[in-house]
Amino acid sequence: MKTNHVHFTLNGESVEVSIEPWTTLLDYLRYNQKLVGTKKGCDHGQCGACTVLIDGNSVNSCLCLLVSLEGKEITTIEGLGTAENLSTAQQIFIDEDAYQCGYCTPGQICSTIAMRNRGEINSEEDLKDWMSGNLCRCAAYKNITKAARRIYEES
Amino acid sequence: MMLNIGNKQQRVDGPQKVSGSATYSADITSQFYHAYVLQSSIACGSITALDTSAAEAFEGVKGIFTHKNLPERLKNRVDYTDPLSPPGKPFRPFYNNKILYNGQPIALVVAETFEQARYASSLIKVTYKEEEFKGSLYENLKNASADRTPDPASNRGDFKKAFKNSEYTITQEYRQSRNYHNPMEPHATSVEYKDDGSIVVYDKIQGVGSSLKYLNGVFGLGADKVQVKSDFVGGAFGSGLRPQYQLFMATLAALELKRNVQMVMTRAQMFSFGYRPEVIHTMKLGCSKDGTLQALSHRTVGETSTFEDFNETIVDWSGLLYKCEHVNLEYELTPVQSYTPLDMRAPGGVSGVYALECAIDELAHEAGIDPLEFRRKNYVDYDQNEDKPFTSKELMACYDRCEELFGWKNKKTSSENEPHLLTGFGMATGSWEALQQPASVSLTMDENGMFTIKCATADIGTGTYTVMSQIAADKLGVPIEKIEFKLGDTAYPDSPIEGGSWTVSSVGSAVAGVCKKFQYRIADVWKRNNPDYQQVDFDAILFQDGNLEYDAKTFSFAEIMQQASKEELSIAHNEAKIEGQTTHSGYAHCCVMVEVTVDQDLGIIKVPRIVNVSAAGKIINPKTAENQLLGAMIWGLGMALREEGMVDSKYGRIMNANFAEYHIAVNADVHNIHAEFVEEKDDKVNPLGAKGVGELGIVGLASAISNAIYDATGKRLRKLPMLLDDILEV
Ligand code: FES
Ligand code: FES
Repeated sequence: MKTNHVHFTLNGESVEVSIEPWTTLLDYLRYNQKLVGTKKGCDHGQCGACTVLIDGNSVNSCLCLLVSLEGKEITTIEGLGTAENLSTAQQIFIDEDAYQCGYCTPGQICSTIAMRNRGEINSEEDLKDWMSGNLCRCAAYKNITKAARRIYEES
Repeated sequence: MMLNIGNKQQRVDGPQKVSGSATYSADITSQFYHAYVLQSSIACGSITALDTSAAEAFEGVKGIFTHKNLPERLKNRVDYTDPLSPPGKPFRPFYNNKILYNGQPIALVVAETFEQARYASSLIKVTYKEEEFKGSLYENLKNASADRTPDPASNRGDFKKAFKNSEYTITQEYRQSRNYHNPMEPHATSVEYKDDGSIVVYDKIQGVGSSLKYLNGVFGLGADKVQVKSDFVGGAFGSGLRPQYQLFMATLAALELKRNVQMVMTRAQMFSFGYRPEVIHTMKLGCSKDGTLQALSHRTVGETSTFEDFNETIVDWSGLLYKCEHVNLEYELTPVQSYTPLDMRAPGGVSGVYALECAIDELAHEAGIDPLEFRRKNYVDYDQNEDKPFTSKELMACYDRCEELFGWKNKKTSSENEPHLLTGFGMATGSWEALQQPASVSLTMDENGMFTIKCATADIGTGTYTVMSQIAADKLGVPIEKIEFKLGDTAYPDSPIEGGSWTVSSVGSAVAGVCKKFQYRIADVWKRNNPDYQQVDFDAILFQDGNLEYDAKTFSFAEIMQQASKEELSIAHNEAKIEGQTTHSGYAHCCVMVEVTVDQDLGIIKVPRIVNVSAAGKIINPKTAENQLLGAMIWGLGMALREEGMVDSKYGRIMNANFAEYHIAVNADVHNIHAEFVEEKDDKVNPLGAKGVGELGIVGLASAISNAIYDATGKRLRKLPMLLDDILEV
């Protein structure tokens, strides 16, 4: 199988790989890197469970081919903080009980951080619209909204 | 010492969940072969030819399984049932060439990578012989029958006469579409194959015991050869009440190929097994001039598969919620060419109460009585179906508090200044069973006074890890940091499946029981090693902060262990069902009120405000309980306005098997939403006095929205989901 060469930064470390061009970032993270914190909920860009940060913006990693990420900076949930050393955003999700099963949570957290990085949230509606790309079947939306607002304002 | 029960304790598994280190069944990082299932594209008939040669030759493919090569030992005298199989014959994958439903697994391709397996499956050539079938409930209504359903609660009084003599009556039909569970985590099983032929199975399931029972029945490996684990479950809502086909597939491939195998369903495949069935209700209600409910008839027809008789408790709820002397209840099933339905959040209850609470609203309007007053007037404080008192019922307090919080008397729209919006208000009652099942737990304390409590239960997002730690901390008298609660492993003591909102009452009561036993045991050890205290009465001893206290003296558990030269202390406990359940009926109740706006021009329906007040006994953790209640309420919103599994009746196929077309509620659908609990003391329902809350919040919500739409528009939309086209059409 023909492979392509690509080089990027993953959670702060520089990585160079040769890989089949059809490999998605999501599959690369989960299968190749064993970074399983990023979840697959649909593989079709419809649920947001696979959200990661690329140069600080939120991206559905299931819709993104790894070979297209030359020179990019990729951050996954594992790059934000560990269970022993949580980032502010992660701690806020715990404080606000902004989850139930936790499956959508890594994606939700990455989306809130991208929202904060970008700014331009002027109302509750804006915030809810922004966060609506991340489905939560447990429907912890009320607390997710609270956590997202705090992350936007406080961190 | 701070009490843990009743405290808003943060989830103890929070750090794992927010850091991505919580491992769900597909997150096991051993090296796996990957399995992909090819599904039938017809609904009824048989496979006449199946050519797998091109797929076999494809790079990376390690094995293909179909009805043509299923090992003989899996065909004869094999038990494919699981603990929740309904009556009938369970589905047996690859058993023969017959096709029972569209989407049926017909081949399993195992390859080095998921993409190889998926692509190779597309190279399989299948030829079918199709047969006629009925793909939907409507086409098959003629075959509805009560022969294969359990009897609902007995009829009482003389419905016909009472209905005829009623001052006000309504007769209406209400329809609900099919709903799919769709937890965010797709069903997944990872099987690790060991050199000695044993397997460790990581399965997405609401109780590892169910997977084990199924695997033993099908593969007959023996107890020492299989261990099933499930540390984290990414939501289930009933989808994990029965083992799904990925468990069979991954295990079959692992055993045959003697390798680790993982199978993860695609989102589309999440629509290829159980679902909340489509149902049609016919309601006839009558009341007297002053609004006394005197006649009620509820008939429901639901769908099931051609091979299992899936049934729910639907119509019984209508005999339970209001005082009524003349009641008729009928429940029928009709088979359709589809997989068997499956319990889904508040199964039966959410359906029966939907129809009842819409009908009650219609009757209250007929009689010209405020819907809340109508419900108060027909309040009942004993179980008429079973002729038993309730263990507790604070529904009246819910009505009062909800009325106050919502401002029901002086209802005001929250969206003034928008003349194109019609505003309406609606309410409903909700209820759910409070049951307890037998559960077992074990407890071990080590020499440092650290506790490990184990039970084969699950945490599907409900907070089991946290709530059990809270109960143990209080019942032992130790800080919560000293407790580790472990679950999701068949090596641990047996538990009922996590469902029916009974985990807190069942496992929690067992945890409380083992803690009490521990206190007796540690007191004995202490007495034995301290001759001065041998006569001390147990009740005079205090347990707090990990210490035994007596007569102003403090002995830490660790100290007592040292004194006795013990390294650990282990206790097992089995909680049998308690008496209260046979003499009393246990239910949780709620009142829900909603505000709805309808865009006059576009038909768009919004729900700016929802208030739910619940009575559910002792609330162990108000933080996680509120979250669950809110989640269930949002499910009610989705059921009312969004969710619809669309069956193509020609092909028997689900047409919208993805999140873009099967809509679930998103963040922007949720506005001002509030849930709270009233105080409810209950010393009969179980030793903790707690009732489950995972299902309660969905019950009644869709009716409240439907009733509010009527209030806003004067239109009764007697179907779910209620869509903007329905508004524009009627
Ligand atoms: S997995 Fe990428 S959006 Fe759903
Ligand atoms: S927490 Fe379960 S899907 Fe969001």
